[in-house]
Amino acid sequence: MGKVIVVTSGKGGVGKTTSSAALGAALAQNGEKVAVVDFDVGLRNLDLVMGAERRVVYDLVNVIQGEAKLTQALIRDKRLETLYLLPASQTRDKENLTPEGVEKVIGALKKAFDWVICDSPAGIERGATLAMRHADVAIVVTNPEVSSVRDSDRIIGLLDSKTLKAENGERMEKHLLLTRYDPARAERGDMLKVDDVLEILSIPLLGIIPESTDVLRASNVGAPVTLADSRSAPAVAYFDAARRLKGEELPVAVPGEKRGFFGKIFGRKAA
Amino acid sequence: MNDVLTQPRPIRLKGRSFLALALTPELPFEDWLARLDDLAARSAGFFLRRPVVLDVDGLDIDRAQLRELVDQLGRRNVRIMGIEGARPSWLGADLPPAMTDGRPASDFEAPVAEESDGIDDVASLAPCEGQPARAVPSLVVTEPVRSGQSLFFPEGDVTVIGSVASGAEVVAGGSIHIYGTLRGRAMAGTTGNASARIFCRKLEAELIAIDGFYKTAEDMEPDLRGRAVQIWLEGEAIKAGTLG
Repeated sequence: MGKVIVVTSGKGGVGKTTSSAALGAALAQNGEKVAVVDFDVGLRNLDLVMGAERRVVYDLVNVIQGEAKLTQALIRDKRLETLYLLPASQTRDKENLTPEGVEKVIGALKKAFDWVICDSPAGIERGATLAMRHADVAIVVTNPEVSSVRDSDRIIGLLDSKTLKAENGERMEKHLLLTRYDPARAERGDMLKVDDVLEILSIPLLGIIPESTDVLRASNVGAPVTLADSRSAPAVAYFDAARRLKGEELPVAVPGEKRGFFGKIFGRKAA
Repeated sequence: MNDVLTQPRPIRLKGRSFLALALTPELPFEDWLARLDDLAARSAGFFLRRPVVLDVDGLDIDRAQLRELVDQLGRRNVRIMGIEGARPSWLGADLPPAMTDGRPASDFEAPVAEESDGIDDVASLAPCEGQPARAVPSLVVTEPVRSGQSLFFPEGDVTVIGSVASGAEVVAGGSIHIYGTLRGRAMAGTTGNASARIFCRKLEAELIAIDGFYKTAEDMEPDLRGRAVQIWLEGEAIKAGTLG
């Protein structure tokens, strides 16, 4: 049985889709079998970021409504043969997602893949709650600024109450992925510090992705950043995050801080 | 250091407990109503102008039956101010509101003797001084209170081991203790307890209130931000001082 991961944030534009694609590709680059599922019905983007927009025939809603088989809707990545995309529908809306339908699709994907990564839409409504519903692990994507942090806090509360795991009295495993971290702005004090974000959210840190033009460039060419330029700073950070996701203990380096000298290593766990 | 914070004129919302008669009907209702009629015949005006709560806990009835019972009682001049133990979904606009967490007081003896018109003794409900002192309940929360969550505990004190996030709120009948940063709202003494206090390791609150008097972040003394603080009420003034 594979692991189901939800990539969520509450707030829009913080990097959920970029992170879903990059982590999915990073895991697949290490030989894992990965399905990335776009839950943003009506506003799909994952197909673009993964460069599969011209190959979409069937989508998640078609599968849920029984108009297509799961195998017909899954798109295999052209560069990585263990990476698959299940696109969202652009012409429907989130009302077409039914709890039973989502459960069936996730159940089937879990049997066939090592990792099922659910790219959640922004917000706390139907699309987002259904995306997190069946997750084993949650990745909370947060930017180092107050509105994003507060929305993430709200989402963590929902992860602890509205998911199947929470309703069964189990603990949802949650990780913080701090994205768009700008060392220069952090230096000037224009951004929340890593420690402040960790203190507020008090969940373990999965990684810090530096703000970089590499990310934008990668999505413009339709490739996850870990595939587009695997040696770029954000790609390296995503590779490390993927290793931590698999259970490896790796210290998290704060971008812009020199390791060893001023090096501040975060192996921090939640209180 | 102590600071009397500035004083706007807020609307005060307070909880208050009152003593009411709790009527516990039994099935079948026809028999029970007959017994009630019998009691009313012996002491006219017994229920007149008294606050009465209907306790239907454990009764196997549906909404229509409850509705009918309330109507029947209304015809007997028994006015129901609230219903305890009914399913919330039953209580629409046509029925009195739900009441919960009632505390038992001493049993009320129905008068047996015939009385002239009963109006005179309306105000004399049995006093409940004989009760043993109750332990004040407390609620301990070991998780952070997240944005959008609301912790509501009118029975007593709340202790949070962790932080209260921006956009979260803690409402307590007693005092509030936060062993972490208070970024959201804390409302203590909401059931009319002016001696309740708020304590926190680090004050970043959006709003604090004691017994209906409140302060927003803007009205708070800037020096107290980020510090370990206790907040209490003196008369109608919210006061705050650093701890330790």
